[in-house]
Amino acid sequence: MKKTILATAVLALSAGVGLAQDRTVRMGTEGAYAPYNFTNDAGEIDGFERELGDELCNRAELTCEWVKNDWDSIIPNLVSGNYDTIMAGMTVTDEREMVIDFTQDYQPPTPSPYVALSEDVDLETGVIAAQTGTLQAAFVAETPATLIEFATFDETIAALRSGEADAVLADLEYLAPVVEDSSGELLFVGDRVPLGKGIGMGVRKSDSDLRDTFDAAISSMKEDGSLNELLIKWFGENTATY
Amino acid sequence: MFSFCADPATLDRLPWFACYLTTGVHMSFYVAFAKVVVLLLITAPVALAFGFLGAMAARAHFLPVSLLGKTYITIVRGVPDIAFFLFFVIALDQGVEWLRHKVLCSDWDQPVRQGSDFVVCAQAKLPLNSAAQWVHETYGFALAIITFSIVFGAFAANVIFGAMRAVPHTQLETGAAYGMSRHQIFRRILIPQMWVYALPGLSNLWMVLIKATPLLFLLGIEDIVYWARELGGTKSGRFTSYPHGDWRMWYFLVLLVFYLCFTRVSEILLERIMQRLTRGQATAGGEAQRKAGLL
Repeated sequence: MKKTILATAVLALSAGVGLAQDRTVRMGTEGAYAPYNFTNDAGEIDGFERELGDELCNRAELTCEWVKNDWDSIIPNLVSGNYDTIMAGMTVTDEREMVIDFTQDYQPPTPSPYVALSEDVDLETGVIAAQTGTLQAAFVAETPATLIEFATFDETIAALRSGEADAVLADLEYLAPVVEDSSGELLFVGDRVPLGKGIGMGVRKSDSDLRDTFDAAISSMKEDGSLNELLIKWFGENTATY
Repeated sequence: MFSFCADPATLDRLPWFACYLTTGVHMSFYVAFAKVVVLLLITAPVALAFGFLGAMAARAHFLPVSLLGKTYITIVRGVPDIAFFLFFVIALDQGVEWLRHKVLCSDWDQPVRQGSDFVVCAQAKLPLNSAAQWVHETYGFALAIITFSIVFGAFAANVIFGAMRAVPHTQLETGAAYGMSRHQIFRRILIPQMWVYALPGLSNLWMVLIKATPLLFLLGIEDIVYWARELGGTKSGRFTSYPHGDWRMWYFLVLLVFYLCFTRVSEILLERIMQRLTRGQATAGGEAQRKAGLL
């Protein structure tokens, strides 16, 4: 009995420390994935997730600091404690959930489209480019098509333009502005592929206090409609909302 | 930066570039050049010190010290750079935090390893979570210097170890005949004569080190290669005032010129040092200098 009380006291104490208002939360992101997160002309991190993350920290009364990290090592560095959250357009998947925890999604799942230079490409067995370590890359690897992977999304588009790849499979939100700006050179082709469980914020499994805090903040933004406003602002009128 | 940059879309080509090349991101790009140069200038002497210590240890008559030196040289030279840079740095960082954790939070009742998570108390974090971003960046930079120094120090140690053996044994025996102690022989005869044998190998290492800096991005430091790729990539007009196509070729061309100039300057300086070290040495180069002076 005494032990239980002691354990509870320690737990309450440590929870109190974890949620203290002056705690600085370091927010990891990639900074190369517009409109989710990108480096603006001034050299600062900008985008949907920057604005959303700042608002969430505001509601949770936390001080937040943004950190840029390479996509490939973004999960190892979270787990190692170099920052506390990942907001980098990361789709919630079973594989990732084995290593880290996610908050509830802050963007509903959207099907991924193929983009190509002409309508008549062979999506079944052609050469498809995707970013390394993404859902899209994993999906293409399962199909008979040939997968070529690149470290960044920019390079997948460059490979498509140079003819190295027949098509690119990527998130709609990222491809839409690229297709729009290409003045007819790039086209959406084929059927969209439904992937993932929406985009959420990644946190360490041992950091459940922080996850609950952000979960509550996301819920409050979903309830008062401010999350929908942000989604429409960054992704346009036709985007999926809550 | 300039007052006319308010609406870049309306500018002519020349002022457009003046504005484009002075944006905040480009400033970060220019700072990255300074970062690379500073890193090299600090790493080179530190790595040389590691190399010197490693070589001295490997030469030591006391077996454990000699084994330690030889193990350092062999293991670090054998492990691929990328593996070293990925794992050693995280391990070093976690090791330091673990030590601080043991000292600062001795009453902590949870394990440090929880599944794949590495958890230490907030006070043991290095730097503290609340520290400013520049503190984090400086810490990362220091880790990078240590890692580079250990890796290149091992190669330097091997070069210096070889150079020490290349000094003619008769020179050392002459010192002994004059009644010098082992320590005096080492300091007055071996070290001054060894550099001329070590320099070709060390200059090679310096050249390799110059070109190894892109490994920095593995450590989260945004070096020039990272920025060239980031800035050169296609930019859509929705997220920047300066949309452009794929300009990576131009950015990498700038890097090419930078690296070539840097290499050329290094070659000139190293050649001068070589001339200086050769003076009065019992080598073919020293002999040639002596004859040229006499004629």
